[in-house]
Amino acid sequence: MSVLVDKSTQLVVQGITGSAGAFHTRQCIDYGTNVVAGVTPGKGGQMFDGKVPVFDTVWEARQKTGCNASMVFVPAPASADSILEAVDAGVELVVCITEGIPAMDMMRVKALMRGKQSRLIGPNCPGIITPGASKIGIMPGYIHKPGNIGVISRSGTLTYEAVWQLTSRGYGQSTCIGIGGDPIHGLSHLDCVKLFNEDPGTDAMILIGEIGGSAEEEAAEWIKTNCKKPVAAFIAGMTAPPGRRMGHAGAIISGGKGTAAGKIAALKAAGIAVAETPATIADTLITHLKARS
Amino acid sequence: MNIHEYQAKELLQKFDVATTRGRVASTLDEAEQIARELGDVEVVVKAQIHAGGRGKGTFKNGFKGGVHVRKTPEKVREVAAQMLGQILVTHQTGPAGRVVNKVLVAESAEIAREIYFAVLLDRGTAAPLIVASTEGGVEIETVAAKSPEKIIREPVDPLAGLQPFQARKLAKQLGFDSSQLRSASKLFEGLYRTFIAFDCSMVEVNPLVVTTKGEVLALDAKFNFDDNALYRHPEIAALRDVAEEDPREVEASKHGLSYIGLGGNIACLVNGAGLAMATMDIIKFYGGEPANFLDVGGGATEDQVTEAFKILIADKKVKAILVNIFGGIMKCDVIAQGIINAAKTVKLSVSLVVRLEGTNVERGMQLLKESGLALIPADDLADAAQKAVAAANSK
Repeated sequence: MSVLVDKSTQLVVQGITGSAGAFHTRQCIDYGTNVVAGVTPGKGGQMFDGKVPVFDTVWEARQKTGCNASMVFVPAPASADSILEAVDAGVELVVCITEGIPAMDMMRVKALMRGKQSRLIGPNCPGIITPGASKIGIMPGYIHKPGNIGVISRSGTLTYEAVWQLTSRGYGQSTCIGIGGDPIHGLSHLDCVKLFNEDPGTDAMILIGEIGGSAEEEAAEWIKTNCKKPVAAFIAGMTAPPGRRMGHAGAIISGGKGTAAGKIAALKAAGIAVAETPATIADTLITHLKARS
Repeated sequence: MNIHEYQAKELLQKFDVATTRGRVASTLDEAEQIARELGDVEVVVKAQIHAGGRGKGTFKNGFKGGVHVRKTPEKVREVAAQMLGQILVTHQTGPAGRVVNKVLVAESAEIAREIYFAVLLDRGTAAPLIVASTEGGVEIETVAAKSPEKIIREPVDPLAGLQPFQARKLAKQLGFDSSQLRSASKLFEGLYRTFIAFDCSMVEVNPLVVTTKGEVLALDAKFNFDDNALYRHPEIAALRDVAEEDPREVEASKHGLSYIGLGGNIACLVNGAGLAMATMDIIKFYGGEPANFLDVGGGATEDQVTEAFKILIADKKVKAILVNIFGGIMKCDVIAQGIINAAKTVKLSVSLVVRLEGTNVERGMQLLKESGLALIPADDLADAAQKAVAAANSK
């Protein structure tokens, strides 16, 4: 079992003919993802690699193929429009990989998505993977292993680090969700925690956060009273100086808010096991699981 | 990206936000000329650097204070002569200080009341938020901590924008009387339009003042711009003053690298912002001090890695370098080749600890081995951090 994506997921890739879009589409197909369509305006009617039909619009792709998830690879200036195009076509899950989208574009996207059925993951994220079933994103497939740990993260490579630690120790993952490093994004830590909490295929969770904002605190608050499953966490940015944006647009301590220390305190108060270093994320969860059983 | 006070003033004027009269001067003649144009009023001369605490700072020539009020154009010229071309040291510049290349010459406002007013993009609600207080002129964090009831919050619908009634309500909440309602709301609406037009993450006016004559003016504004949106605002990008920035960060940004200097002795080269932060954290955990944050990004080329290395090695405090790569899109052999190329062009006199994992890891390690470079391989993140700390301490 898993959340959001599984073997039945039918993917459309927006920006399939661009270099990054094409490369990662092939990687996803190799992993076993069911890629049913691509969209590049002006290239409708072509076949990608001789097997995936390309359409001019998501609207057509949805009608002709019934695609129910989208992976967005279009350049940042056009990304907001692409997300909204997928939402308008009724695509249930939109995963936006692109980084560098202006925050005000995402602000308008979020406002326009209100009341719609579609869910958004990202932008500026590695994507989502249900190991052994479907990979929608840029993460290296082979580091994953099917299992029952749910992974939620704001970061890309730090997620790979945690997943690799789990896999190396024999613990597989139900689904891994990279929610993205931008200040305004789709699904939050809390949204994902709720999904995993309801998923019978997920027994425990790893939550990876970083400095900036208060999303980790909000997730902790909910977990404290509502979450049935054990959770381990790691927060990056203990040593980050205030007022400096640490790579991710969302990773900034401002006005004394969003510090790693504050987040760690909130997580611990909610009964979450917090890893002291990024090298012990999996071990922290495993120890926590053993202590509970 | 930061901009100067005089540039902020110019941006506000584009949207008819009332502010004091005045302009920027780079020469003594200009300073005197502007003061003359302002007429028979008190004139304030302010050193233009990207650092706070200017009023309380000291110039290296002994002159005290980067903000002065004078009554005549001749006196304005005299005080500008003490500032232009001189180095101003404030509590935010560090002991090296900053060279003052420009001064702002403006009418000095007679302040009756100071207000705090900011428009920011609130990540929690994904919408603009106006934060205001009758307690202006002081740090807003202090007000929020001591008297939170004095902080006014007005959320704005991202699609509809600030409504005129909201501006009027804010004016009343901030204690403006009926005769000032129009000028106050006009100023608020102008600030909101400025915020939207330039893709700001924040516009903070502190203080927004009411003068003894009853005028409502934005006295000083601080802008935070969204770096992701600079591509559509060339006029804002052009305001960047690289002389005010860390030269290493400027060099890194030329090569598409995200670098922040920190002051420790263990340099890091990492792919991905989260992993880069976590690498700094684990160095500190094992008793070391990170020299920098450096994210080479997801798809860095050999050349970018080489340039990244040059920037790291140029930092004379650095005693060890920790390379931590988890290859996804980024292939380990590309990183390895970049390291080898860098080692050919610059003499590597510090310890180099390398931890590679992920795509093409075997080929990457093989390349490094064959290169004959003296490096310390590490098995995992904890091992790498411990080895880097030990190497830095042994020097």
